[in-house]
Amino acid sequence: MENAIELRHVTKTFGRVTANRDVSLELKKGEILSLLGENGSGKTTLMNMIAGIYYPDEGEIFVNGRRVEIRSPKDAYNLGIAMIHQHFKLVDVFTALENIALGLDKKEKYDLAAIRKRAGEICEKYRFDLDLNQKVYEMSVSQKQTLEIVKALFRGADILILDEPTAVLTPQETEKLFDVLRNMRKDSKSVVLITHKLHEVLEISNRVAILRKGEYVGTVETKDATESLLTEMMVGQKVELNIHRSQPENPRKRLEIRGLTVYSREGVKVLDDISFDVYSGEILGIAGVSGNGQKELLEAIAGLQGTAENSSITFYGDDAKMQLIGMTPRKIRDAGIHLSFVPEDRLGMGLVGSMGMIDNMMLKSYDSGKSFLADRKGPRELAEKVKEELGVVTPGVNTPVSRLSGGNVQKVLVGREIAADPIVLMTAYAVRGLDIHTSYTIYHLLNEQKEKGVAVIYVGEDLDVLLDLCDRIFVLCGGKGNGMLDGRTATKEQVGLLMTNLKNGGGES
Amino acid sequence: MSVERTQGQEPFVRIVKRDGAPFKSKVLARALAIVLALVIDAVFIFAVTGLNPLSVYGVMFQGTFANGIRFSWAMRDLVTLLCIGIALAPAFKMRFWNIGAEGQVLVGGLATALVMVACGNTLPTPVLFLVMFVTSILAGAVWGFVPAFFRARWGTNETLFTLMMNYVATSIVACVVNILRGDASSLGKLNMGTQAGWFPAFLGQRYNINILVVAVLTVAMFLYLKYSKHGYEISVVGESENTARYAGINVRWVRVRTMLISGAICGLAGFLIVAGRDQTISTNTAGGQGFTAIIVAWLAKFNTFYMALISFLLVFLSRGAAEIASAYSLNDYASDIITGVILFCILGSEFFINFKMIFRGKSQKEVK
Repeated sequence: MENAIELRHVTKTFGRVTANRDVSLELKKGEILSLLGENGSGKTTLMNMIAGIYYPDEGEIFVNGRRVEIRSPKDAYNLGIAMIHQHFKLVDVFTALENIALGLDKKEKYDLAAIRKRAGEICEKYRFDLDLNQKVYEMSVSQKQTLEIVKALFRGADILILDEPTAVLTPQETEKLFDVLRNMRKDSKSVVLITHKLHEVLEISNRVAILRKGEYVGTVETKDATESLLTEMMVGQKVELNIHRSQPENPRKRLEIRGLTVYSREGVKVLDDISFDVYSGEILGIAGVSGNGQKELLEAIAGLQGTAENSSITFYGDDAKMQLIGMTPRKIRDAGIHLSFVPEDRLGMGLVGSMGMIDNMMLKSYDSGKSFLADRKGPRELAEKVKEELGVVTPGVNTPVSRLSGGNVQKVLVGREIAADPIVLMTAYAVRGLDIHTSYTIYHLLNEQKEKGVAVIYVGEDLDVLLDLCDRIFVLCGGKGNGMLDGRTATKEQVGLLMTNLKNGGGES
Repeated sequence: MSVERTQGQEPFVRIVKRDGAPFKSKVLARALAIVLALVIDAVFIFAVTGLNPLSVYGVMFQGTFANGIRFSWAMRDLVTLLCIGIALAPAFKMRFWNIGAEGQVLVGGLATALVMVACGNTLPTPVLFLVMFVTSILAGAVWGFVPAFFRARWGTNETLFTLMMNYVATSIVACVVNILRGDASSLGKLNMGTQAGWFPAFLGQRYNINILVVAVLTVAMFLYLKYSKHGYEISVVGESENTARYAGINVRWVRVRTMLISGAICGLAGFLIVAGRDQTISTNTAGGQGFTAIIVAWLAKFNTFYMALISFLLVFLSRGAAEIASAYSLNDYASDIITGVILFCILGSEFFINFKMIFRGKSQKEVK
């Protein structure tokens, strides 16, 4: 079969960082190729060069057997290449149809009726579920993604590159997307799926190309691939992919959350009457499509979020209890409540990017002691200790943490929060963007804390991990609590269903 | 599908970020920039005026170094600019856009002048200086506090607010000057007869007190920003308000406190100007230095010692330009162009320190 795209010896560097080194790979016509690799392995960079966003430093690109220079996304479009990015490029106040019309060539007539007809045909052909009259701001993430794909096909794309499309989807939505992709394959379109989720790779692709640290490792036929083989190729060594889950030991109630309601700055209810308990010695998972109130929930507990009346968050210490609503982070700290929080936005909230490890270690403790000057001796020792114990790769403890890789940034943050000897430890998307090794290091650290009797709250997005790691799982849907499941018996489908469908007479379906 | 478009050549030039150039090449780039500037200027001078560029440069150098008096004037200007820069450093480090230094300096100077007039002949000298010192600091602090308070309380925009406070200060000064001068055509030096409230010569130099005070401030502000808890809070607030709240920092209070300090030091600069330099007050007392000092603070990335170097460069250039203009009876604009080219090249070199350019066809070699 002819190749839709062929890359020969492509290299791309950013400053001293080599994103891709001498990568050669091909995409056949009418196949789904998975591009597998850990974060930072150069998958997106490589595809961006095909999509015309970056220009390769070295190497050649062939499309349909002809050598081409792709200097801009427009060039890529003219070659029939479209890339669906993780961040959608849609106009919020336009309808789906108007967004599709934006992709028209200047020469074409702006004829909405004709566009509607053609777009409708595309939807029908590949079984897209899309309402052309819906405004983008009313759409769910999955609907926006569908629209992006329809838009690309409308402009005549034969080669579609999807950058981690399932990262934001529920299991049900993922299944729907895969059906569409299969229909496209039947129509002899070529699809590249950038991902790091092994089971998806095995489910849908014809072949799997693997990148590791910017270099091409190899391509395997999916029918010959197994999870352990792919992991080994991806990581470069055998990895134990098991999470050990112990039984919680004499759990004690630490937090009692009752009727927690939060309004956003725009006056929208983002959390609606949430009630649940958190116990020591267990990991409580919080599942939900991202943006369904997870952030506000954790920030409300941490004292960073204003709450509506009648909300109650009670902390149960070893001998006394205390109401946390209305307390600032400093007051909570001064009351001796060791509340550790690993926020979602690591460099925008948890750490100061321009500061080194030492200064970041003292972020929550800098004002201890009476001296006017800040003590940096303790933080320095702590920084050295965290660096040593968690294996943080950094040129030095004074190097700005924003220069570290995502995994190392997270190690610095988690290391500091764990070093604070927490009673309650909250983590939001603790492994987002991390490689397999670091992810398992983090799971291990959380388990260690749990066994030490810490009450751990784990907000996650990977359902497999939630089900392997957590003792109980609280599901959020549209800012409402939608059920508490036992992590040992719940199934992925169960969680996925609760994430998207409100149980008790909810308006959404 | 048009194919021709995609058969074009690779882009003519691509700009790539460098990853921290070594110290040596940074120094080299800046030195080259100065040489380049001097060459461009030489061409300009010769082409436009027909003068010998080297002798023009010589005159320019004389502007600062001709003799002891020139040099002490240059030092006086330097410390004035530096003092305001020091005042702005904590505010800008906190990303609080205090462009109201002009006004803060003016009210500090005004407070000094009023004390000189009102108490100059009644208070003993040490007490007089103490009162001048305290009132000028208070006046500046109030001018800094108002915009900070409004920002903290009602979320007003500090850039506009501090800017408008300048005009308020200017108008008040204009009004007071009119009252003080009475029937005279201008205000003239205050306490001309008694010289009460004038800084005395110290170690044989008129401006040594100014220099000494600012030198102490330079070191103190450096330590404050780098080693104190306050300095740490300022850095965190400046980097991210969310992180600061997460860390339990009272963001509003830190903003207000830092602006009190910033305004107070501006007020102090007004005190130094009025008591140590002008011995009078006018709407031009701050003379635009409140804006120039913003450049000083940013270029030095808030390191007060670098700020001293940059202040020196700016003072050297402006005195040199004035000297050229008078020595050759050139138009002011000509000398401004000469100093402008030098500044442009020095600032432009920053681009080449941070980025490199890859031209078409070179890419294969450059990456290796």
